[in-house]
Amino acid sequence: MDLRPIFSFKKIQSIAFSAVFISMMVFSATAQVHEPVEEPSVTSSEMNAPHEEKEEDISQTILHHIADSHEWHFWGHGEHKVALPLPVLLWTNNGLVSFMSNKHDGNDHGTELFEEKGQQLVNFHGKYYYPAQAKNHHGAYVELDENSVPTNAKPLDISITKNVVSLFISVILLILIFGSVAKAYAKRQGKAPKGLQSLLEPIILFVRDDIAKPQLGHRYAAFMPYLLTVFFFVWLNNLMGLIPFFPGGANLTGNISVTMMLALCTFILTTINGNKNYWGHVFTPHVPWWLYPLMIPVEIIGLFTKPIALMIRLFANITAGHILILSLISLIFILKSVLVAGIAIPFVIFISVIELVVGFIQAFIFTILSALFIGMAVEEHAAEH
Amino acid sequence: MITGSIAGIGAGLAAIGAGIGIGQIGGKAMEGMARQPEAAGRIQTAMLIAAAFVEAVALFGVVVAFLGTK
Repeated sequence: MDLRPIFSFKKIQSIAFSAVFISMMVFSATAQVHEPVEEPSVTSSEMNAPHEEKEEDISQTILHHIADSHEWHFWGHGEHKVALPLPVLLWTNNGLVSFMSNKHDGNDHGTELFEEKGQQLVNFHGKYYYPAQAKNHHGAYVELDENSVPTNAKPLDISITKNVVSLFISVILLILIFGSVAKAYAKRQGKAPKGLQSLLEPIILFVRDDIAKPQLGHRYAAFMPYLLTVFFFVWLNNLMGLIPFFPGGANLTGNISVTMMLALCTFILTTINGNKNYWGHVFTPHVPWWLYPLMIPVEIIGLFTKPIALMIRLFANITAGHILILSLISLIFILKSVLVAGIAIPFVIFISVIELVVGFIQAFIFTILSALFIGMAVEEHAAEH
Repeated sequence: MITGSIAGIGAGLAAIGAGIGIGQIGGKAMEGMARQPEAAGRIQTAMLIAAAFVEAVALFGVVVAFLGTK
């Protein structure tokens, strides 16, 4: 990773930046060490279960950790659970139904029905379904297909879930930070940056000089707001996802819906900004005419694969990082020895530090590829072949 | 008896391919930087972009392995 453009500013600025970066590393590393404290309650109850089932439980636990949820879980299980309940909003056959998630989460195995606004619903593994006609052989009001996925009809779920709350928090943070920085620029025009402003200016200039200008040329200014927004949004959420407790810990950029919306924004920008040359390249490529039936479909598919690759790249990178960290912690419980912690925890810290770098690189890659795709769409003259 | 999903083998194969690809990119970028240190910044940016494209293939493998384990 090329950090030189960031660090080659005034010495004091680079010291401030690296101090924040290193403190984040240390913070995340120490925070990660505490994570096993949360885990034993999950796995110790499973100690009596057969071996295969236990391993299945660990992968279930990991997938549960990275998934979205209707509550913000802190620690503990069953009776001793400490969690922040979040509002559930369901658009059912009888209209909008709303309740707090702790009202009906006592039984999430689908064995009990509850009624809201005259509409019977069932909670199965944290998701809400319309109940099936009869109980299945597990006593639950759900019909499962061969992969144990319920096939029941579902109300439209527009709840404020953990990821949505995390999104709100990061958006408020971004507005506060950049609102104050923008105000500082208006007030201190022509003067040296100060405080938060001098922390962020090198990064903003990095986005402008190393991402926008090389890809977009002289038209960069029109796309700077989008590129800066997407860069800081992805970066902040990547870092927040690495904090294992409350304000962080939601796997937001590792959620495919979020990355899909981000990629869709890039796709819309490239599509509406595409000029004559861009569309000419798609519909009349520079090939002999008899190749058109082959080339035009390929070019049209190419329009869609670019944002899809953008979506999958961010999603899979962040999700894989989270799974890696949780798997290394789970090694302690798989091998049933505290001594493994001596190897696993340093390794977890090492991977966490790498994930901090990956969080930055993925924000950078997402932004530079967005700039690249937009740059291809707004290019004045078609590239020579 | 070792049990598991064959999707895991597929993910491993994808990782081999991406490993060779990223190794090539990194190695050639180093060579380029050693020859022309003044172009290091631009080479590094181009290297990261190319590495991201190669890495995406391995990540598709990971995603397929996820879907396959269900």
